[in-house]
Amino acid sequence: MRGYAGKFLNIDLSNEKVEEIKFDENILQSYIGGRGLAARILWDRLGKTWETVDPFAPENVLTVLTGPLTGFFPGGRVCVSGKSPQSNGMVGSTVAGEFGIELKCAGYDGIIIRGKAPRPSYITIFESQVSIKDASHIWGKDGKHTLKILTQEGRSDLKESFPEYGDLKEPSVLYIGPAGENQTRIAGVMAKWTHAAGYGGYGGVMGSKNLKAVVAKGLGPLPEVEDIEKVSGLMKKADKKCYKSELFRSWGTGAGGYNYGAKTSSEPVRNWQEEWHDQKSFAVDKFEQRLWVKRYWCDFGCPTSCLKIAAPKTGEFKGSITDNPDYEMQAYLGPNLGIFTPEDCVYLASLIDDLGLCGIQAGNVLGFIAELYQRKIVNKEDLDGIRPKWGNSRAFAELAKKVATREGIGEILAEGSYRAALKLGKRKAMDLTIYSVHEKGMAIGAHGIRSGRDYPANISYACNVQAGDHTSLAFIPTEHENDELNTVLDDSGVYCSFNTFSTGIDLIWDFFEAVTGWKTLRQEWYETNGLRILNLQRAMLLLGGPDLKWKASADDENPARFNEPLPSGPYKGKTVNKKSFEESKREYYEAVGWDKNGLPKPKTLKRLGLQDVETKLKKAQIM
Amino acid sequence: MGSRKRIWIARDYIKCSGCRKCEIACSLFHEKKIWPEASRIRVFMLVPGAEVPHLCVQCEDYPCVKSCSMDALTISKKTGAVLVDEEKCNACGACIEACPGRVPHLHPVKKSILICDLCDGRPQCARVCQEGNWDALQTVTRSSWQIFKVHACKPEDITRELVNNLYGEAGEEYI
Repeated sequence: MRGYAGKFLNIDLSNEKVEEIKFDENILQSYIGGRGLAARILWDRLGKTWETVDPFAPENVLTVLTGPLTGFFPGGRVCVSGKSPQSNGMVGSTVAGEFGIELKCAGYDGIIIRGKAPRPSYITIFESQVSIKDASHIWGKDGKHTLKILTQEGRSDLKESFPEYGDLKEPSVLYIGPAGENQTRIAGVMAKWTHAAGYGGYGGVMGSKNLKAVVAKGLGPLPEVEDIEKVSGLMKKADKKCYKSELFRSWGTGAGGYNYGAKTSSEPVRNWQEEWHDQKSFAVDKFEQRLWVKRYWCDFGCPTSCLKIAAPKTGEFKGSITDNPDYEMQAYLGPNLGIFTPEDCVYLASLIDDLGLCGIQAGNVLGFIAELYQRKIVNKEDLDGIRPKWGNSRAFAELAKKVATREGIGEILAEGSYRAALKLGKRKAMDLTIYSVHEKGMAIGAHGIRSGRDYPANISYACNVQAGDHTSLAFIPTEHENDELNTVLDDSGVYCSFNTFSTGIDLIWDFFEAVTGWKTLRQEWYETNGLRILNLQRAMLLLGGPDLKWKASADDENPARFNEPLPSGPYKGKTVNKKSFEESKREYYEAVGWDKNGLPKPKTLKRLGLQDVETKLKKAQIM
Repeated sequence: MGSRKRIWIARDYIKCSGCRKCEIACSLFHEKKIWPEASRIRVFMLVPGAEVPHLCVQCEDYPCVKSCSMDALTISKKTGAVLVDEEKCNACGACIEACPGRVPHLHPVKKSILICDLCDGRPQCARVCQEGNWDALQTVTRSSWQIFKVHACKPEDITRELVNNLYGEAGEEYI
């Protein structure tokens, strides 16, 4: 097999058992890697009892998988998955960095982790030496200090293990912050201070397994490919295309903080009460000129460099360090909280990184509670004395710290905005779910649909197997394009989807062929393989979990807020048209082989070889 | 060849994006594989944001060559680069200790030492860095008056300076 190291690590933390396993070529050819393979592994291991599995129980399975294109297609990433404590389904959540490269160079395509370590632990993978180590000295530490300690320890461990080699490069680390340790539902799996696999909430899953970090170092080359000359040529071609993307290179997604508000009117403002603002104080030039200390920052093999590093060196927020912030962080930790000054946003983003929270989920729940405060549904007594007034970054920081430690009001907010709305609503004896802007328990990305000017379609969130994930949304496929299956492909081949904006889909398939040598992948992907992954994810999402279940007929809906008209801006009055939403939904269901109620049709499942999914859905009385 | 025609790979660490295309290019050129630890140039990231492309500077007095008791290291007459005779090298590590920047390291499989050979005069790392307009690495004419040995520093020492430059006092916490 080309492009694969060929082995996976299967680790049971409960009894500290580590073994190497392999997957048959036909499994890898069908599911590729990353998100696709995770869907298969999770279904095989948890499918029979999916609805009863608590995502924070030891039985949940956490996967950290590369794909065949990791390290070859520009922009190294790794895909984290498991049963999600947010959607109760399965989400493919990718994070950038060199971890996947180190893992493959160590001889492994991925790690599958189950069980729970008896005490705080971390895993080291140095070539084929795999150890489970005591993490008591880093448990409780924030992201930046965790990475510092593990990098330094990793270097001295490597010197000890491989003394003759001279100075090896540092190992790569995936870790969690306090928010993961304390099993909040909105914690990310973190890397390199600022990177997060945020969607899904797998930081909390790591925490529930007493797993603080995974450290990897490989000395070998990336796996053999079918045709290295061809791959090398394709890399040059991809680079050339990406280098031309000058705006993205200059500002990353950073220009969004003003543009999505002022131009497309699709940015969350004060918990999505509005989606328009015209605050030039929040335009990218202010971040650029005042705060960026590094203009071009990126991860393994990336030509686009959408990252920048922001660090105020003077003033109230001196000492904060984060990336850009990228558009999502700008929006959710900016206008969504009534914040329109770059320094306040950078301060919050740096703190959110350190706590190991997902910035989207955290910004969403902070906006939610601030709206309840604005409406006087909650007061400072409900909030441990904190007054989250719009724009008050210090108050939001205090709340974020409580979320990460689950202290006081943090215990409720750590559940994410939807579950918090249910719990607080019970306490206040009123329906608060209308203030939670979520999709199936997960905060949505910072791209609204009411103005119709941003990229998500009206059904993109409502029908998404990844729930609120804006990086992989539901779209009705056309004859020539299948945007949804293309993003499933990105997450399964495991490389950065941002670089695909420049390369286009044809070049990606050229990469797949030159790396794997498999010639029928492209055709099979759109006919069966991609759809099979989508249907597996759909089944797991509909089976749900012990605390929440979703009914397609009732829950394939947009967040309630999107049915309100936009109150301001150039698209004032616009909202989601219910009739065309229903039409699009029907069309989408048809395209992916689901019935009018959104359930996979038996003939679809049969065609995809998923008869066991049908049996299970019938047994659970979903079909 | 006169020393005036010799080249040097100039480095501007602050401009390094961490794309590691230099590692990819170097290992593809020398190993026909993508192989970060077998690359003659390696990007250390001991603190995020402070990426350090680490490679030979061709010290004026070549302490590595002097330290080798196997005569495995010679100086290229054409480029001034240190050339490794894989057959003679016994991987004793003396050159690693002799190098002020601890630049040489062992090939993970061949078990002979790796040192930048300047790609016989056309360094691939600087080429790809220039292609991307990153400008962290640049092939320049090696001037006869500059002392290049001062640039031979350990990654941790370079990191300390960079972190200070990038993050000011706040960075000290993370070194």
